[in-house]
Amino acid sequence: MTATTASARSDLSEVGRSEATLRTFLHGLPGVDQVGAEQRTAMLGTRSIKTTAKAWAIDLAIRMVDLTTLEGADTPGKVRALAAKALRPDPADPSCPPVAAVCVYPTMVPVAAAALWGTTTRSAGDAGRVHLASVATAFPSGQAPLEIRLADTRSAVAGGADEIDMVINRGAFLSGRYREVYDEIVAVKAASGDAHLKVILETGELVTYDNVRRASWLAMLAGADFIKTSTGKVPVAATLPVTLVMLEAVRDFRDATGRQVGVKPAGGIRTTKDAIKYLVLVNETAGPDWLHPDWFRFGASSLLNDLLMQRTKLSTGVYSGPDYFTLD
Amino acid sequence: MFEYAPAPESRAVVDLKPSYGLFVDGEFVEPADGGTIKSINPASEEVLAEVAEAGPADVDRAVRAARRAYDEVWGPMPGRDRAKYLFRIARIIQERARELAVLESLDNGKPIRESRDVDVPLVAAHFFYYAGWADKLGHAGFGPDPRPLGVAGQVIPWNFPLLMLAWKIAPALAAGNTVVLKPAETTPLSALLFAEICQQADLPPGVVNILTGAGETGRALVEHDGIDKVAFTGSTEVGRQIARSVAGTRKKLTLELGGKAANIVFDDAPVDQAVEGIVNGIFFNQGHVCCAGSRLLVQESVYDEVLASLKRRMARLRVGDPLDKNTDIGAINSAAQLDRIRTLAEIGSSEGAERWSPPCELPDRGFWFAPTVFTGVSQAHRIAREEIFGPVLSVLTFRTPAEAVEKANNTPYGLSAGIWTDKGSRILWMADRLRAGVVWANTFNKFDPTSPFGGFKESGYGREGGRQGLEAYLDV
Repeated sequence: MTATTASARSDLSEVGRSEATLRTFLHGLPGVDQVGAEQRTAMLGTRSIKTTAKAWAIDLAIRMVDLTTLEGADTPGKVRALAAKALRPDPADPSCPPVAAVCVYPTMVPVAAAALWGTTTRSAGDAGRVHLASVATAFPSGQAPLEIRLADTRSAVAGGADEIDMVINRGAFLSGRYREVYDEIVAVKAASGDAHLKVILETGELVTYDNVRRASWLAMLAGADFIKTSTGKVPVAATLPVTLVMLEAVRDFRDATGRQVGVKPAGGIRTTKDAIKYLVLVNETAGPDWLHPDWFRFGASSLLNDLLMQRTKLSTGVYSGPDYFTLD
Repeated sequence: MFEYAPAPESRAVVDLKPSYGLFVDGEFVEPADGGTIKSINPASEEVLAEVAEAGPADVDRAVRAARRAYDEVWGPMPGRDRAKYLFRIARIIQERARELAVLESLDNGKPIRESRDVDVPLVAAHFFYYAGWADKLGHAGFGPDPRPLGVAGQVIPWNFPLLMLAWKIAPALAAGNTVVLKPAETTPLSALLFAEICQQADLPPGVVNILTGAGETGRALVEHDGIDKVAFTGSTEVGRQIARSVAGTRKKLTLELGGKAANIVFDDAPVDQAVEGIVNGIFFNQGHVCCAGSRLLVQESVYDEVLASLKRRMARLRVGDPLDKNTDIGAINSAAQLDRIRTLAEIGSSEGAERWSPPCELPDRGFWFAPTVFTGVSQAHRIAREEIFGPVLSVLTFRTPAEAVEKANNTPYGLSAGIWTDKGSRILWMADRLRAGVVWANTFNKFDPTSPFGGFKESGYGREGGRQGLEAYLDV
C-alpha cells in the first residue's frame, strides 16, 4: 500500500481514535498472498553475495547485532562478559566494529550499563558506542496486568536502558481487541520516556502474514520506533517471509506518514549466510535507507561468532576453529 | 549502498566445440551441402560455435533414420523399456544440469538464475513425468491400447530452447514415436548437447534426430512426406504457413503460437505479490515468453498505488551479464528481435502512450533493452494488440469485472491470463469467462509437466503437458 497524498498523511493520526476506526483501517490493508511472499524471499535467497560485497555485509551485520542473553541463569558475571564482547567482538582484530546493543532482562540492566558505559546513562562519543536494550512488559508472554508491565518498563529505563523491547498483548490482538493493544503500546511508549521502543509482535503466535501486516501497522500507529518479530521463546521465530512483510509495512508507513520505523528480526538467525539473506531482503524491499543499525537489527547471540569467523576467513583466506573466537 | 560484487557462473563447465554437425541416426554427421550458421552469444556478440545448416537431403536422411528406428526398435519396444530410456535421460539432465544451464544462458542470453532454477529443472521434470506415462498409455483415457503416430517433425523456438525440446520430445517418445527436431537458428547449442545426452543414455540410433538450420530447414522438415505428425511452437505467422502446408495430408498438427495475455489486478489484490507477479509476468526471460502477461489490466481504483509500486519494483531489476547469478534481466536474443522490440516501442510512443523505464546502464556490446512500461494505453494501440515478445508492458485500466473480461478477451490471441484478487469466487467467475488456455490465479508464469498448456484462437491448438499432452502423439 502506498498512500502518498498529503491528505492521507494527515488522516493517519485519527486512526487510533476508536476501536471502529482502527479495525476499519487494519482490515483495509491489502492482504498478503502467502505463496507469493514465500516465493519472493526464496528468490532473493539465491542472490550471490561475494568478495567485497560480502565483506561489507558482514561488517554491517556485526554493527546491527543486538547481542542478547535472556536466560533464567543470567548472572552479573555473564552480563559483564557479554558487554565486553559487545564492545570488542574480535579482540584479535581492532578493525572489527562493535555490535549495536546488548539486550538483557531488566534486573541485569544496571550491571550492563556499568559494564558498557561505566555509568547509568549512555553518553555520546566512544564510551557510548553500544546501546543497552532491555526486554520489558512481562517478557516473553506479556501476560501480566498492565500496571506491572509499565512498572517493568520504568525500572528498565531507570536502570539505564536506552532501548525497550516490549511484547504486544497477543491474546488481545488475536481476539480482535485492537484498541486495547494500541493503548497498551501508547502507555509503554510513554513509560519508556526517551528510550527507543521496539515492539515485539511475536509473529510465531500471530501465524498469518495478514496478521503480521496488521500488527506491524498497529504498532507503528501507536508510536513504535522499531517493530521486532519474536521473543525467541516460542518455536517459530524470525523467518524471511515475515520479515519481508514487516519491511513492506515500514516502507509503506514512511510513504504514508513520513516517519521511518526500524525492523528487527530476532531468534533463529545463526549463520552469516542467513544474515546476508536478511540484508539482501532489506536492500531490495525497504531499500538502502534501512541498511543502517539505526533502522535494522538482528536479535541474536550465536550469530555473532559465525560473522566473526567468516570475517576472519575473508581477510586471512583460512578458516579458524571456534576456539579462536570468544564465548559469550 | 549495498553493491553486489560480480558473481559470474563459470563457463569452464561447458565444453564447446568450434563446429557441430547434424545428429542423425545416433551420430553426428556432416550436412550434405555443407552450409553453416554461426551461433552467437547475444550478450557479447561473440561467436560460440558454427552449426550445420540442414538441407532437403539431410532432412530426408533424418526422416528415414527416424522411420527405421520407429519400425524396427522404438515402435515395437514395450512401454516399460521406453520408460527406462526416458528416466535415464532425465537423470543425466539432472547430473549435467549446471552445464546445460550455463550453455543455455550463453546461447540464449537468459539469466543463469532462470536457466538454473526454472528451465533445466523443468526439462528434467518433463522427462521424468512422461517416462512415467510410457507403460501406462492404456490408462490415459484414449482406449485400452492407443498406438503412436510414427515419425514426428518438431520445430521449436529460441525463447526456451531446451524446455521446448523437452515439451516436444518427452511425450513423443513416451507414446512410442520417433522424432526429427529442428531447434531455432539462434539457439541450437543446447539441443546438440541434448543429442550427446541421448548418446550417453544409449538411446537407440534414429529415435531422436536433431537437425540444425533456419526457416528453410524447418519448411523442408514440415513438408516432408515421411512424417506423420508436425508439432510447432513459434510465431502465429509461421504457424499459419505450416497449417496451410499440412492441409490435406495425413499429418496431425499441433501449434503453440503467440499471445498477448492480460494480467488482471483487482482492487482487493495482495498488492505486493501482484506487483511481483506483474514483473514476473512480463520481465521473466526478457519478455520472450509466448504466455507473457504483456497487457496489465488494473482496476482504476488502485491504479496509482499499483503503478507506483510497480515502478519502484522495476527500479530494482538488475539488467546485465546473463551469467551473473544476481542478474534479473539478460540480453535480447538477437539483433532482429531487438529491432522488432524497438520498432514497436517507438510506435507505442508515437501513438501517444507514455513510456517509462527505470534508469539502468546497458552494456555496450550485445543486444539489450531496458525494462519498459507504457501507461495510458488503450485497446486501439498497436502495443496493446501485437505481440512484442520483449520486456515491454502495456498498462490499461478497467472499472468492473465484466469490463476486465471484455478487454482481456478482446485480442486475436488466447494463450494465458492472470487474475489477482483475494476473492475466490471472483477467480472462478473470471476463469469461466476468460478465453485463454491457461488462467493463473494470484501467480503467473508457473509451469508444471502435469498441467496442460496451449491456446485458444490464434494462439494455436493442441495441448502440451499432462495427460492431455499425450493425445498429440497418439493415434486417437
